[in-house]
Amino acid sequence: MQSGKAMTVKQIFDDMSYGPAPESSAEAMAWITKHQGRFGHWIDGRFTAPGTAFATTNPATAKPLAEVTQGSAQDIDAAVKAARRAQPKWAKLPGHKRAQYLYALARLVQKHSRLLAVVETLDNGKPIRESRDIDIPLVTRHFYYHAGLAQLMASEQPDMQPLGVCGAVIPWNFPLLMLAWKVAPALAAGNTVVLKPAEYTPLTALLFAEISREAGLPKGVLNVVTGDGATGAALVDHPDVNKIAFTGSTDVGRKIRAATAGTGKALTLELGGKSPYIVFDDADLDSAVEGLVDAIWFNGGQVCCAGSRLLVQEGVAERFHTKLKARMDGLRIGDPMDKCIDVGAMVDPAQLARITAMVDASDGDKYQSKSPLPKGCYYPPTLITGLGSASTLMQEEIFGPVLVSMTFRTPSEAVELANNTRYGLAASIWTENVNLALDMAPKVKAGVVWVNATNMFDAAAGFGGVRESGFGREGGWEGLMAYLRPKTSPKPLRPTAPVAEPASAEVSGLDRTAKLYVGGKQARPDGGYSQPIWSPKGRLLGHVGIGNRKDIRNAVEAAHAAKGWGKTSGHLRAQILYYIAENLSARADEFAKRLTDMTGKSGAAEVEASIARLFTYAAWADKFDGAVKSVPIRGVALAMNEPVGVIAAICADEAPLLGLISLMAPAIAMGNACVLVPSQAYPLAATDLYQVLDTSDLPGGVVNIVTGPHGDLVKPLASHMDVDALWCFGAAALSAVVEREAAGNLKRTWVNHGAATDWTMAEGRAFLRAATEVKTVWVPYGE
Amino acid sequence: MALLRRAPSRATLFASHEAEASLQTDTDTTTARPHSEATANLPQLTHARNPGMPLDLDWVASVQANTSAIERRAATLPGRRSVKKDYQAAWLCKAISCIDLTTLSGDDTKGRVQRLCAKARQPVRPDLLAALGMEGLTTGAVCVYHEMVETAVRALEGSGIPVAAVSTGFPAGLSPLHLRLAEIGESVAAGAREIDIVISRRHVLTQNWQALYDETRQMREACGDAHVKAILATGELGTLRNVARASLVCMMAGADFIKTSTGKEPVNATLPVSLTMTRAIRDYQDRTNIKVGYKPAGGISKAKDALVYLALMKDELGLPWVQPDLFRFGASSLLGDIERQLEHHITGAYSAANRHAIG
Repeated sequence: MQSGKAMTVKQIFDDMSYGPAPESSAEAMAWITKHQGRFGHWIDGRFTAPGTAFATTNPATAKPLAEVTQGSAQDIDAAVKAARRAQPKWAKLPGHKRAQYLYALARLVQKHSRLLAVVETLDNGKPIRESRDIDIPLVTRHFYYHAGLAQLMASEQPDMQPLGVCGAVIPWNFPLLMLAWKVAPALAAGNTVVLKPAEYTPLTALLFAEISREAGLPKGVLNVVTGDGATGAALVDHPDVNKIAFTGSTDVGRKIRAATAGTGKALTLELGGKSPYIVFDDADLDSAVEGLVDAIWFNGGQVCCAGSRLLVQEGVAERFHTKLKARMDGLRIGDPMDKCIDVGAMVDPAQLARITAMVDASDGDKYQSKSPLPKGCYYPPTLITGLGSASTLMQEEIFGPVLVSMTFRTPSEAVELANNTRYGLAASIWTENVNLALDMAPKVKAGVVWVNATNMFDAAAGFGGVRESGFGREGGWEGLMAYLRPKTSPKPLRPTAPVAEPASAEVSGLDRTAKLYVGGKQARPDGGYSQPIWSPKGRLLGHVGIGNRKDIRNAVEAAHAAKGWGKTSGHLRAQILYYIAENLSARADEFAKRLTDMTGKSGAAEVEASIARLFTYAAWADKFDGAVKSVPIRGVALAMNEPVGVIAAICADEAPLLGLISLMAPAIAMGNACVLVPSQAYPLAATDLYQVLDTSDLPGGVVNIVTGPHGDLVKPLASHMDVDALWCFGAAALSAVVEREAAGNLKRTWVNHGAATDWTMAEGRAFLRAATEVKTVWVPYGE
Repeated sequence: MALLRRAPSRATLFASHEAEASLQTDTDTTTARPHSEATANLPQLTHARNPGMPLDLDWVASVQANTSAIERRAATLPGRRSVKKDYQAAWLCKAISCIDLTTLSGDDTKGRVQRLCAKARQPVRPDLLAALGMEGLTTGAVCVYHEMVETAVRALEGSGIPVAAVSTGFPAGLSPLHLRLAEIGESVAAGAREIDIVISRRHVLTQNWQALYDETRQMREACGDAHVKAILATGELGTLRNVARASLVCMMAGADFIKTSTGKEPVNATLPVSLTMTRAIRDYQDRTNIKVGYKPAGGISKAKDALVYLALMKDELGLPWVQPDLFRFGASSLLGDIERQLEHHITGAYSAANRHAIG
């Protein structure tokens, strides 16, 4: 078209251009003006006076929209105090009453939907189509769904209670949606919230807070403190916060993991990704191309679960790339307030510079959309081919409209390439072959898998990652569980010291040498050191090896080699657990005597309880079912309980056999391989156990036992990059080490924070949940 | 002012802006074509006719169509594209130029067809066209049964508007093949420049691609210089995969246009079907360099729908496919809605049907 002067109808008739279709910003600007363009925090049901302020900018125009207050540690403290004051009363409300508030919030978001959408687009730069048609409807849906969870919680989760005050730190890519993902479950469960929105995009959180007044939400239940990373850090560090829920970069997530280590704060992290988008040669290629538009050019690729790594089968790669490039040329880039725009502005010039630098540094073959690119904070849709798997752009999250592509030959190679990453958030699989799709879905390391689809979200379906994409799920009952804890008041754990070396030793019988148990074989400790174990009466009961970091390495390797266990049927695992119980039962007297010898207390009851526990998890092995989620599409969203992988566990001293069985049995029942560090004080029950395991058809490597001082073994386990989860029920001081060191690969942790466990009761769903990851597999269908 | 205030569209809630320069610079241009011949709206002036190609069964078998993914794309299309103000008026005029103004009723008479042809010549009130600077706008063609061809040809003489005849045992296509082929010849002899043939759905439903190909090929030959618009009757093909494969086979057999429906099936033109067929057209062009036209028919009655279809064609196939030589609407009531929207665009007041001439 001609620039400068308006075209006539006849000219447009001839050139058929789209022309401008702007959304109005008048109402949004009026809202900002109503606040004189300056905002304080929302604390205790009202806005505070604006303090030290910084500007939040419309990235599409580079013009400031408003000034918001830089939250100080004092502001955070005031907000946490308000939340703390409000929490008991909020938690005591009947679920139905909380459901009413959440329902009101859902309705209010609907009623103010256009205002929220416009403010979101102005602040963030995403196309108005997306905030209007995707973000805000998902927000509404989230509050509706969680109104239902609030209503049902008392009857469905009678043994659970809220955590208390939850701190939420959210990113700038889906500002209001991420607010909803944190606030809705927290409030539904009876928690109160202090939310720190992203520095770039604080406005919809403030608008939502203001709107919450129209729902009559009690003061202090929801608090919003704006600011930068320092404000977020103050919230993370606040001693009176019971949980941190964070969505953002893996780097920051790692810092939060380390910062909260040992504090007893619950933590869920939803972090970065480099999600594979796998296209097989029998896929509907045009639909797969269109899927990529939603995968990597949705929200300018500034999406944690963006399908940013295209893996396309070699035979169709050229054709697919040709189609893809043509589609890229048709994307319209520009003013996000225009209703006819596909790709809007990047959130901030800093983000644009980061993307630009990453792409410029790559030596891959770059193709960029031929669509006109406006001046300003815009980046063209980009495809990069010809990269090796080691290339930075293949491995690092770009968080922009940049797709990298490589080819594969076979389904197994596709799996291998897909999983060749530190992340594990999402994956898309495109094929018309149902056998292939359903075979691939479990094999890809991801928390969410979309079959012939991409970027589908719903409040009923859990969302979250594995590996360094974080832990915890958002959405569904599984998401609510991250805001609850059992209704128990645990007692402090009393330390158990090993029996000291007696003044005069009693030694009798033939020497028995307990070794480590690695890969189904007895192994001498690498260090060549052993430690005597004495009975309280001064009798030498035997020696155990002092394991070191190399023994840990070997045990983890053996566990990985046994991963086929995870693919066995629940029925088979049940049979083996029953068999272990049977063989333990046959030697019950011997084990009881051993426990009595070590602890000086009768061991018979503990052995019986251990046998019962094995039965419990033999029973569960084929009964911890997944779910089919009721999502609003024609299709199914399967919530599959998958094994976590390799679980390491530091076992309790207070129940040397039952404590170990209570961790081992759920882990292997769910298909995990494990590395167990038995009671430091009373390890011989565990070393006796490997003879039971050997005679029970348990494949070698599924259970590995490394004895030794917990204090020495915890660090190599917690920092091990190939351990997927670490449970620790040892001494109080270990919890902090576990959580801090786990930040390395963001392994799942489960620690006692110095609380005692009643091992006679320690079984059931909590253990099964810890032993599994929920993978949500979306399978839209229709012919 | 927005044209589509009547349509319950969220996209028009805030439309009180002055027109501004678009961010988009479209570089594609189209050349004006003479409207003096009865072939003015036919592809051969600007594009080579589709000669067809040998039936390639491997290609047919490899065609996939994932229904839910196609539906999702179709569902977001209206939200992704929006044309406003003068642009909307121009696009609606374009839609008129692409309409096959149609009457296919058992009670059609000469008088009825003459009135329709008059409407095709003057689809919008002259004062409105003058206000838009769009004098001389006509519909793309007039589409009638064989018996009405002669009347229509006479009524359209000198207008440059071609007459299309539905043929081959329309709508079911189950009369004897030799009669169906003969029917084509009769209509061509009567002056029809376009023949809308119906395919044998049974060949698609039994995956007998060879039979479909052979039959369509014969019909193409019977048409001679007249253009073949192959009606797939997509509402009776069962699956989008069948739609995609049948589209391809008809193009291989030499169809100049592929068309969704007779208007008599329970489901007629839909966006998912259109997306499937346009993708087939694109693949055919990629392979053969031949441009085949597309005609959605039945069920498109709102101006807003017409805009979505035009956007679909522009985005999926490109600018050549938003011209009457490669794109037609098979519609009877669409024009009325467009007329009202155009008057609203000019006056700012919502219009009424009785202010526009009946077609």
